[in-house]
Amino acid sequence: MSTEHVVVTETGGSHDAVARDADHAEHEHGMTDKGYVVIAAILAAFTAAEVSLTYMHLPGWIFMTTLLTIMAIKFAMVVSYFMHLKFDNKIFTALFYSGLFLAIFVYSAALTTFHFFSPG
Amino acid sequence: MADIAIPESTDLIPLDDAVTPAAADAHGHGDHADTGHGDSGHADSGAHATSTGLSNNKLAMWMFLGSECLLFGGLISTYMLYRGRHAGSPSPSQLYNLPLTSVSSFVLLMSSLTMVLAVSAAQRGDDRNTSTWLTVTALLGATFVGAQVFEFTEFYHEGLGFTTNLFGSSFYTLTGFHGVHVTVGIIMLMALVGIINRSKVPGNKAEVVEMIGLYWHFVDIVWIVIFTLVYLIPS
Repeated sequence: MSTEHVVVTETGGSHDAVARDADHAEHEHGMTDKGYVVIAAILAAFTAAEVSLTYMHLPGWIFMTTLLTIMAIKFAMVVSYFMHLKFDNKIFTALFYSGLFLAIFVYSAALTTFHFFSPG
Repeated sequence: MADIAIPESTDLIPLDDAVTPAAADAHGHGDHADTGHGDSGHADSGAHATSTGLSNNKLAMWMFLGSECLLFGGLISTYMLYRGRHAGSPSPSQLYNLPLTSVSSFVLLMSSLTMVLAVSAAQRGDDRNTSTWLTVTALLGATFVGAQVFEFTEFYHEGLGFTTNLFGSSFYTLTGFHGVHVTVGIIMLMALVGIINRSKVPGNKAEVVEMIGLYWHFVDIVWIVIFTLVYLIPS
């Protein structure tokens, strides 16, 4: 095996780090297959908890707050771990969440104009 | 045009392990042009040499998913606004079959697991397991769509048509759009399985699998929101 080293530089000035093998591929997103199974089990448990909540007679605000919190956690877990945003370049995170928060803002404003959040 | 240099402040890699972008493409690892993973410093999947150092395909996919948030945000908002307008049909709480929807939600959630296992196998260059997990994902997706068709049929027989009232229109539009997304995902998954099985170059589809995986997971997170806001929170 040659001991010579080389770095390939693109015109834009960025550097190519190109070595990868099978072990590297398995861990490139910081998660193993076992880790994915654990995440899926947690998501399944959250879903079961959500459904169970609907059969309990909780006060409205506790019920709503708990459900929305669990929903947000499940959403974040899938995006962070299954879609690898937690381990990926932050530009992807910015692209996705800017769309998401724009949607939340725009449609919250629209619903407000229809008095959706008004009591009664 | 790429030039070869040995800068002072860069990590050096052994020549045997070094792959030029062209050579990398030839065996499916053309995605190491630069750090697609900001934290880990690892190369990004599928990127050729780009000005951002990121895969353009991946960048476009995330942009597309960001815009999809606006599409589904509009549909969900419309449903929330009109869910109480159900004159002439049973109310949502009378119609919804929570046990069935819970099971189909669980099925879709598990399809996300099998999808990410397919991506993991593809990144290892393991075509056999990639095809297997993609097929399982497509089957789970088909189960979900089947449950949705059954649900729609039940609702229709109970008196809720698409134009019966505003609740019906907004409900069918929202869940129907999602179902179409799942169906498109299934078609892409099966097409990908066919492409992988016919491929003469093994282990070179990691980026494509990852792109379709992102789409599939997005469909899953949209359902996480729909399941909670539409089915679990009563009107």
